[in-house]
Amino acid sequence: MFELIQFWSNLSPLAWFGWKIAQVLAFVLVLALLVAALVLADRKIWAAAQMRRGPNVVGVFGLLQTIADALKFFFKELIVPSGSDKFLFIAAPVITLVMAFLAWAVIPVAPGWVMSDINVGVLYVLAISSLGVYGIIIGGWASNSKYPFMGALRSAAQMISYEVSIGFIILTVAALVGSLNLTEIVAAQEGGFWNWHMFYLNFSNPVHLLLFPVMFYMGILFFISALAETNRPPFDLPEAESELVAGYQVEYSSTPFLMYFFGEYVNIMLLCGMMTILFLGGWHAPIDLGFQFLPPVFWFFLKCSFLFFLFAMVKAIVPRYRYDQLMRLGWKVFLPTALVSIMIVLTFVNFFGTGAT
Amino acid sequence: MLVAISFYLLAFVAIASAFMVVASRNPVHSVMFLIVTFFSAAGLFILMGAEFLALLLVMVYVGAVAVLFLFVVMMLDVDFVELKQGFLQYLPFGFVVALILLAEMIMVGAAYFTGETKALATYSGEKSNLERFGEVLYTDYAFFFEAAGLVLLVAMIGAIVLTLRERDGVRKQDITKQVGRTRETAIEMVDIESGQGVG
Repeated sequence: MFELIQFWSNLSPLAWFGWKIAQVLAFVLVLALLVAALVLADRKIWAAAQMRRGPNVVGVFGLLQTIADALKFFFKELIVPSGSDKFLFIAAPVITLVMAFLAWAVIPVAPGWVMSDINVGVLYVLAISSLGVYGIIIGGWASNSKYPFMGALRSAAQMISYEVSIGFIILTVAALVGSLNLTEIVAAQEGGFWNWHMFYLNFSNPVHLLLFPVMFYMGILFFISALAETNRPPFDLPEAESELVAGYQVEYSSTPFLMYFFGEYVNIMLLCGMMTILFLGGWHAPIDLGFQFLPPVFWFFLKCSFLFFLFAMVKAIVPRYRYDQLMRLGWKVFLPTALVSIMIVLTFVNFFGTGAT
Repeated sequence: MLVAISFYLLAFVAIASAFMVVASRNPVHSVMFLIVTFFSAAGLFILMGAEFLALLLVMVYVGAVAVLFLFVVMMLDVDFVELKQGFLQYLPFGFVVALILLAEMIMVGAAYFTGETKALATYSGEKSNLERFGEVLYTDYAFFFEAAGLVLLVAMIGAIVLTLRERDGVRKQDITKQVGRTRETAIEMVDIESGQGVG
């Protein structure tokens, strides 16, 4: 298969272009279908935690519920508020959606299954996710209304704060691997779950056990920061429906609202994928049997799904943070501890070298 | 071919949007055009093979600095009529700055074409952009790099000192105090005889 592709790509740049576009389309299609499944899963898990049934009317087990909802959004009337900046008002949700998809260009889901295997993949993901803020700020401002504007400022401040600690957390992993290439980061965690960065328990090299508490803590911090970064509960202050009016998306309806919603879920998937790659060994099986009876992408998908399950459970069982508590957690707890951790990891790498073995 | 097309496209977008930063009436739109300019510059960096610098530009300037610009500009109560009135008054300043920049550009261009510039350092293709950066920054220019870091640290501390005010009589939440509460400090057991209050 891959030899054939190689042949075609050697043939002409046009064929190479076609192949890349096909890859992009495949990624977008799969992600879109997964979003539909995830929205349903989210609601089902939430319902189960509250002893309800959740959506169960449209389709078997409510499987078509998300598609019905999406259709409903498409056919609703698009209302553009008077006095709003019309171009930016429509552009903002598009920016959110595009940025959410764009980051997937460097995510390796299985050996070789990556659109662009660049050397600075980690930085690329950070750069793109820092652009996601624009969709929110512009959307809030372009609505020409006080509530969306305040909501936009609130969530922009939140996202920027947690981006800082996410950057430092990712830096610990990058320092440990000695590379910013996501494929190499996954390759460094080969050979069983004791090599994964979250469970750094390689007994063949006892000195590495020293790092286990630090890396485990970093994994937990990354998960919590991911919750804040994607505006998920317990940090969903941008749209805290029971206390504050719903943030930057107050004035949005119809398809633009759907785009925000869609982008949010693609972002959640992205951070699940990033956590899988950085801390949970990417596509590697928990125990290396020497042969693969399941395709690598299965393990990647399984880990992502488990993380999404945790995302959904957190939404169901954890009460919402107050805004000052949120900021305190980000700046006074996460940032200093992440800084200390990166100092520890860098010192360790300096004296004992990189890599798990 | 593709590189040339990309270069001219990016360069054109960069210059056009840089012009629009100055020309557009709405300051928020100006910041938007500034972001487009940054993006095009990042694209040009990538064309030159400096992908690390490009991503750093996007991360720092687009992801952080321009967001701050946007915050400030959006919060301003802009009166467009008043904004335009000062135009002629500031024109001489603009000319002076433009002249200085033009002179500098001409000097750089002249120096480049006379061939007196330092030869471009060539690196082997094995090392990534990032490694080269690290080597240069932390070996050749380690002292200056640390000094720059120190300057930034001082600036940060200065900003904190300027804005930190402790007011009296403010009821503040102290998380450690709350978490540190035990059964003994929080609950008082009282035996009350019937017919009498706690007193």
